Amino acid sequence: MLAYILRRAGQSVFVVLTMAALVFVSVFAIGNPIDILLAPDADQIEREAAIVRLGLDKPMWEQFGVFLWNMLHGDLGRSFVHGSDAVHLILGRLPATLELAIVALVMAALIGVPLGIVAGLNSDSWIGRSVMTGSIIGFSLPNFWFGIMMILFFAVELQWLPSGGRGPTGTLFGLEFSLLNPAGWPNLVMPAMTLAIYKVSLVIRLAYAGTREAMLQDYVRFARAKGLSRSRIVGVHVLKNILIPIVTVLGLELGSMIAFAVVTETVFAWPGMGKLLIDSIARLDRPVIVAYLMIVVGMFALINLIVDILYSVLDPRVRITETAG
Amino acid sequence: MTDAALTSAAVAPPVETPFRRFASDFFANKVAAVALVIIVILALLAIFAPWVTPQNPYDLTQISIFDNMLKPGAKSMEGKTFWLGTDEQGRDMFSAMIYGLRMSLFVSAVATSIAVLVGVSLGVTAAYFGGRVDSIIMRIVDLQLSFPAILIALILLAALGKGVDKVILALMLVQWAYYARTVRGNALVERRREYIEAAQCLALPRYRIIFRHLLPNCLPPLIVIATVQVAHAISLEATLSFLGVGVPITEPSLGLLISNGYKYILSGKYWVSVFPGLMLLLTILSINLVGDHLRDLLNPRLKA
Amino acid sequence: MTATLEVAGLSTHFFTRAGVVKAVDGVSFSVQRGQVLGLVGESGSGKTVTGLSIMGLVDRPGRIVSGSIKLAGQELVGLSEKGWRTIRGRKIAMIFQDPMMTLNPVLRIDTQMIETVLAHADVSKDSARERCRQALSRVGIPSPDERLTAYPHQFSGGMRQRVAIAIALLHDPELIIADEPTTALDVTIQAQIIAQVQKLAAETGTAIVWVTHDLAVVSGLSDRLAVMYAGRIIEEGPTAEVLTQPHHPYTAGLLHSLPINNPRGQPLNQIPGSTPSLLRLPPGCPFGPRCTRKQHDCTQAMPPETQGANGVRLRCYHPVAREGAMA
Repeated sequence: MLAYILRRAGQSVFVVLTMAALVFVSVFAIGNPIDILLAPDADQIEREAAIVRLGLDKPMWEQFGVFLWNMLHGDLGRSFVHGSDAVHLILGRLPATLELAIVALVMAALIGVPLGIVAGLNSDSWIGRSVMTGSIIGFSLPNFWFGIMMILFFAVELQWLPSGGRGPTGTLFGLEFSLLNPAGWPNLVMPAMTLAIYKVSLVIRLAYAGTREAMLQDYVRFARAKGLSRSRIVGVHVLKNILIPIVTVLGLELGSMIAFAVVTETVFAWPGMGKLLIDSIARLDRPVIVAYLMIVVGMFALINLIVDILYSVLDPRVRITETAG
Repeated sequence: MTDAALTSAAVAPPVETPFRRFASDFFANKVAAVALVIIVILALLAIFAPWVTPQNPYDLTQISIFDNMLKPGAKSMEGKTFWLGTDEQGRDMFSAMIYGLRMSLFVSAVATSIAVLVGVSLGVTAAYFGGRVDSIIMRIVDLQLSFPAILIALILLAALGKGVDKVILALMLVQWAYYARTVRGNALVERRREYIEAAQCLALPRYRIIFRHLLPNCLPPLIVIATVQVAHAISLEATLSFLGVGVPITEPSLGLLISNGYKYILSGKYWVSVFPGLMLLLTILSINLVGDHLRDLLNPRLKA
Repeated sequence: MTATLEVAGLSTHFFTRAGVVKAVDGVSFSVQRGQVLGLVGESGSGKTVTGLSIMGLVDRPGRIVSGSIKLAGQELVGLSEKGWRTIRGRKIAMIFQDPMMTLNPVLRIDTQMIETVLAHADVSKDSARERCRQALSRVGIPSPDERLTAYPHQFSGGMRQRVAIAIALLHDPELIIADEPTTALDVTIQAQIIAQVQKLAAETGTAIVWVTHDLAVVSGLSDRLAVMYAGRIIEEGPTAEVLTQPHHPYTAGLLHSLPINNPRGQPLNQIPGSTPSLLRLPPGCPFGPRCTRKQHDCTQAMPPETQGANGVRLRCYHPVAREGAMA
């Protein structure tokens, strides 16, 4: 088990290093990093200080070392616009994005799994067919447009929910979370739903296919022959089997949720790091863009690592083959 | 192509060719058949946009700023009716939508075609040569597929700036890896089949083995993936344009039209964003429905 | 005394898009307490569907269209799903062919056993566990306490089938349907499992319907033998009688094709042709097209069931004569 975790961790480090190299090449080697990383109105003294700090007078491999070294120390430059440290700026927005992504993920599971199972159990009837048609529509909905339509309907027409912004938050460990303050929940509903809708469809498909396959398995037949109730068979025997792939996929999708939060946050003016990225792209605030990229890459590698480890914990068969191999 | 199949069926006695059987299987599903018809209609509308729209929304002589933000069904200064309303510059929404659709479809179709070419070439190369070439190509594919398309596209456009050519490049870059992986996987399976060995024994030239024997057998999964990816590309292009890193304002796609309308949502002027969005949804949905049905038909595992 | 199981005129049909598949068509037999009935046939003969019908486990598009299944006098056909649940696992248990597939791979053995106890008995979890422990040691699984917390993949195939048998025995059922329970196992393990089941059935008086395609397996095990072909029982009688003096040409052919009945070095005997599609059965006797004794009347109508000597029932116009049995 430990050997497996170590090997997977090694792969993750490799991915981060490769992406760091790509970013380094595109920012430092191709363009002029001084132009990219310093504000256009920087004076000569600032320029020379930056050249020393970034080690631009040294050979290329050493520069890459300095870039990595700075990165390890959390130094990816200062924002032109905000004047503050880019990494801190992004990390400050991280809780809002993470909260949104995780709430959306939970929503996707809570809505998608029951619907998918119901559709899988009734695949011949109109119930199953309408759920599956609904999931295709969910796949096809342009995310941002769905968000706009939610605003139009729930905020403008019905005036039930606020059209944007984060609303009141509660504080935990010095970080702000909407979940901790019921007054902030209405602000969370539409962004989370918008972010979740595509994954709901995905989960429905997975649960549907998984249920149909599981119901044909001998262990379900055997469970019925044991005289178990239908709810026990579906709720324990089938659910436990289909949950393994769903948890894996959802875990892997957490990364893409964070990336897609860029869109949702823009539509709902949600003050997360995705909105920061779009604002920074619009204002050519390159250090923030570089910092965002490296942080998200790191998070991706970490999420993939955790999911793989969780997977091996959930499925006893994976554990065995890994220790044997 | 369906027309050809139908007319030849009328003349000659019906022969059970693989294509005809496939076509009849396909049209057995009414939903998919309707979706295909919608796709054809949308594509024709886009291609013949200058002839089917009441006005050219980008010809400044044809639009009047005094007609701006008119409600659907309102009449213009000259007495023309705008059935879907007008936008902030007084453009007829229907015309703007058709032109937007034209842009969306053009960008996605070009990007997907190039991506298929690149992906298939690299996938076949990886499968056929194996060894180091294979592992380098597949490492890049794995690396790229482990990051969401929108992230890659955003970073690329943030570095390159706006422009139709840049959007096409971005859409192409996020797609090619899917084709490369699919083709390689299929080619590896096919390569071990007897008929390839037979072709090699006949000392057929390599390109002939690849193009006449290997590739046609990789086609079914490729068609399914390309269909789904076109839908993805249209959606991604719209998203990028909405975020302001896509096509320029002078040549708006459906996504950019929605983005323009977004400003007016809070004041209840829904039509500028609702109608282009509906058209976008209809387009993507139809393609997905066709893709879904194609997958069911072409997946031998499901057929059994 | 009423028989443990009495099946009369059972017909289970599948209503598919291609047509009605008469998987089981007018099957009758009975099993007494403590007896073993061997239900023999090729794949597609309807023997498994017969077993599933008795469990009430036939799914759409299939259903029992007519007939009666009586368990110790109680009619099962027409029971509600809830009614079936009180029967399944408690009064009738079933063991399936592939022990790799019948245990849920992601649930521990104790979960899968205890839920079976709790489905039919209102006992505490601890006493349920104790009952599971005893059941495991009864089927010869060493250190049952440890094994209870294991996952199915940690067992060998034979051990898994023992666990499945232990689960089947948890409520001392009146009847066990065993659907080819040893087919997927090694020959030595097969013998062990068969001996085990025989012993347990004798101890508890449980009746067994042993479904198999393997005549050799049931010959030493069953009291009576029923041979199925194309959804019908074509010959049924005491095992010794059927094996030594088969009357139906199909039974004779089956016996004839056993390797043990073939001279060394000669190609194995076989029945020409293959089982007919249940969608397009030939008129008359379904075995007709493959039968060496076929005459004109065989193609006219299905032979009626006749009572032969020594308690044998038969569906054949031209049964094999005594002396021709082993020729």
